[in-house]
Amino acid sequence: MQLVLEKRAERSRTIALVSPLIAIGLTLVTMSVLFALLGKNPITALGVYFIAPLTDGYSLQEIAVKATPLVMIAIGLSLCYLANAWNIGAEGQFLIGAVAGSWIAVKTQGTEAGHWVLPAMLLAGAAAGALYALIPALCRVKFGASEILTSLMLVYVADLLLDYLVRGPWRDPAGFNFPTTAEFDPVATVPLLIEGGRLHLGSIIALIVVICAFVLLDRTIKGFEIRVVGVAPRAARFGGFNANQLVLVTFAISGALAGLAGIIEVAGPIGHLQPGISPGYGFTAIIVAFLGRLNPVGILIAGLFLALTFIGGEQAQITMKIPLDVTKVFQGILLFYVLACDSLILYRFKLVFAARQVQSGAG
Amino acid sequence: MVLVEAIILSVLAASTPLLLAATGELVTERAGVLNLGVEGMMIVGAACGFGGAWLSGSIVVGALCGIIAGMLMSLIFAFMTLGLAVNQVATGLALTIFGIGLSGLIGARFVGERINTAPHLSVPGLSDIPLVGRILFGEDAFVYLSLALIVAVWWFLYRTRAGLVLRACGDNHISAHALGYPVLRIRMLAVLFGGACAGLAGAYLPLAYTPFFIPGMTAGRGWIALALVVFASWRPGRLVIGAYLFGAVTILQLHAQGAGVGIPSQFMSALPYLATVIVLVLLSRARTGGSTAPAALGTVFVPDR
Repeated sequence: MQLVLEKRAERSRTIALVSPLIAIGLTLVTMSVLFALLGKNPITALGVYFIAPLTDGYSLQEIAVKATPLVMIAIGLSLCYLANAWNIGAEGQFLIGAVAGSWIAVKTQGTEAGHWVLPAMLLAGAAAGALYALIPALCRVKFGASEILTSLMLVYVADLLLDYLVRGPWRDPAGFNFPTTAEFDPVATVPLLIEGGRLHLGSIIALIVVICAFVLLDRTIKGFEIRVVGVAPRAARFGGFNANQLVLVTFAISGALAGLAGIIEVAGPIGHLQPGISPGYGFTAIIVAFLGRLNPVGILIAGLFLALTFIGGEQAQITMKIPLDVTKVFQGILLFYVLACDSLILYRFKLVFAARQVQSGAG
Repeated sequence: MVLVEAIILSVLAASTPLLLAATGELVTERAGVLNLGVEGMMIVGAACGFGGAWLSGSIVVGALCGIIAGMLMSLIFAFMTLGLAVNQVATGLALTIFGIGLSGLIGARFVGERINTAPHLSVPGLSDIPLVGRILFGEDAFVYLSLALIVAVWWFLYRTRAGLVLRACGDNHISAHALGYPVLRIRMLAVLFGGACAGLAGAYLPLAYTPFFIPGMTAGRGWIALALVVFASWRPGRLVIGAYLFGAVTILQLHAQGAGVGIPSQFMSALPYLATVIVLVLLSRARTGGSTAPAALGTVFVPDR
């Protein structure tokens, strides 16, 4: 028995729409098996993971808060991937954005600085993220070095830089030697949308980013160029599109969005700079981008879904003692299924039995 | 003198996981497949390797568990990219994300446990030769195994017919297919070999390098191994040089930290990663007259019937 792929005459539009749903379905089945192997009741576990967080207001807000960085980073990554530029260092750009923005917060701490502080922090975060992302992009464009490896290496560098700053020069003198900066001043904090809630201004910014990305891809020449360079590089060359410039542009945009997400996370839900500000947002966002089919609206939905797994994972750890790593396994499996189902858009899968092959060979 | 010897010994140990993982990836890439999941295969290999050794009390069983775990991981990758023609870059990333989670799940019950690491060889007479004795005859067996493996890979790739066919698949899968070679099957074997090597490389860390398992202990070594293959221009000989060079950078920064150089430790720890970026840039720049990468590297192949 052999699995054979048969190319479809044209892309299947139906499957393009339902493939993420098939992928999620298959993932849930696989997860049930995994829960059973861990000795937990699969139905209860899936309920805690995917249903319970949707039933109370606090968790719903928390999902939006977690989805905010995921969606912002994934929108940027989708532009890169559409243009066939492989930025996988968004985690590093997120951290650098957080560091750069925090620098302003730390320097203005306890001064009479006015309301310009937060906008300046957001700008600094976005700018630093963009510059940090331009390093691997320039290395590829100027020297032909693989942007995959360089962008990833810079994640570790960013992580170590943040670690140095909060343990060294920026450590809160009143913080009992914990590696953290002091709590940011109110003018350096992202305002909440509802007093006493969790939802903050960042979620609105993420929605604006989604709309901008939609307009960029659907209504502008630049968006068209990005898509053509990715799908048909030769045609793009003949069309006079500058592929190298697009690598730089898409990396800069995705770095800026990751950096912005980083400073929003630090100045919003966390409130100070410390190590471990990201539970792997930069990597999870890669899954979000693919699950959302590299489409802004799709990414918004996918981001909310993956945020749900973070919240569900935390609750499952507390109430059912399911290890937190299950969430990462879940995310990895989901990406496998998403990619496999995407293959169905271009190919038909056929099982060929050896006996039939012999027959057709003889006939 | 003792310090020099100690440094060389620790460089050998630090380089071995890099060399093992990069050897496997070199063969995989020579067959035309880019498996970015080395880090994921390594960390699962580390968790399973430690688990096997801790439960059985045997380093060999541990190493075998690591190898099998790496191969199973690479089998997922082979099924996705060769069977279903999925993009190799994305699948490799998925393999790494999945592997990091899976290793945490498998390794959770082993965190905090200790084992006796692989014994250092001792050849009567030879290991006692001053200076070179311990380096040539007194390291753990994995160090020599990794060197034997890269020699075997060199011989296979350049001196056997099967190696020639494998390289042909990597350079032009359409021609290889037209000549009647089973491209997908050859590539699958190459991916499996890469998985076995990565699994062993990961298992080396808790079995020989440190006596315990901690989540995320590969710390990017899988990615550095990928960079090493580029550094080596896909050639086994240069791979050895590259691996030992990177091992040396890792060890030197550790010694510098220990010696209390007035530079914050985080900057020293960042050195191997920065070195990777700089080396990639310099090498890519120095290369004139086209790339030395296998021509079909990373491209999907679907045989038409």
